[in-house]
Amino acid sequence: MSKRKAIVYVRLKNGVLDPQGVTIQKAILNMGYDMVSSVRSGRFFELEVFSGNGHVEEKVNEICRKLLANPVIEDYKVEYQS
Amino acid sequence: MKFGVVTFPGSNCDYDAYSAIKVLGEEVEFLWHQSADLNESDVIILPGGFSYGDYLRSGAIARFSPIMKSVIRFAEKGGLVIGICNGFQVLVESGLLPGALMRNDHLRFSCRFVYIKVERNDNPFTRDCRPADILKIPIAHKDGNYYNFRGDLDELAINNQILFRYCDKNGNISDESNPNGSAGNIAGITNRGGNVVGLMPHPERAVESILGSIDGMKIFRSVQKYIREKVVIENA
Repeated sequence: MSKRKAIVYVRLKNGVLDPQGVTIQKAILNMGYDMVSSVRSGRFFELEVFSGNGHVEEKVNEICRKLLANPVIEDYKVEYQS
Repeated sequence: MKFGVVTFPGSNCDYDAYSAIKVLGEEVEFLWHQSADLNESDVIILPGGFSYGDYLRSGAIARFSPIMKSVIRFAEKGGLVIGICNGFQVLVESGLLPGALMRNDHLRFSCRFVYIKVERNDNPFTRDCRPADILKIPIAHKDGNYYNFRGDLDELAINNQILFRYCDKNGNISDESNPNGSAGNIAGITNRGGNVVGLMPHPERAVESILGSIDGMKIFRSVQKYIREKVVIENA
């Protein structure tokens, strides 16, 4: 059965305060890079999935909603690589 | 009456909770995360700690353990559940309580005594408190910053689901008395039914004077009285 990769990006929703991003941005400014006006942090996951089964994308979305992202505070995006 | 304390891999306040119930004078036993059996407990305590190493998000993995399936079913039938610190995080991740607990706004782990105001004392876990009672209870967390959408926050207030707010020792609710950036200084909430409670402060660490406060005992005594009265009514 062939496999492909689902790459899941999870980030905080717009409008949700990201204290880690703010702190990283301050560090970047302290390094002297004054062109960086904002940093938002996030996470990504690589899932190797069997592509033969039906509804793979639907199931990956389900995994994202139930586990990888917390829909109260986070958005996610999935990209596939064969 | 029996209390069940759930032990997840990484729980580290389970023995404190167990000991607090012994001080209360009631029966208590540990419930293992891999079991689905609540052993006929009347109250379930989800203790503090770092379940599953806080991997992914605090409480996110524990929510899918076998014991949580039973706890969710128990809660949905009106069973009494209290989540303390990491237990609160597990309850919001499992959807039994609304909102999310984010990284503290100052990004530090905070471990110290705080004051919380009892917003309502008609809940099973607060009926032994005075109206607007002020409790001195310690916090110990890095992810305790309560967040919810504005509309959902309004709804929490309208439905009287806010149980505790951070305050100063005189009961003033202010930014200065907010230890983590929580919306509306929220320290603890309930579900709509009032049978599921989550809070970031640790009442089980404030049950004997040698610990610096006995205010946490009011929460355990409240639920003890609630169950006793319920039993009396059921047997009448």
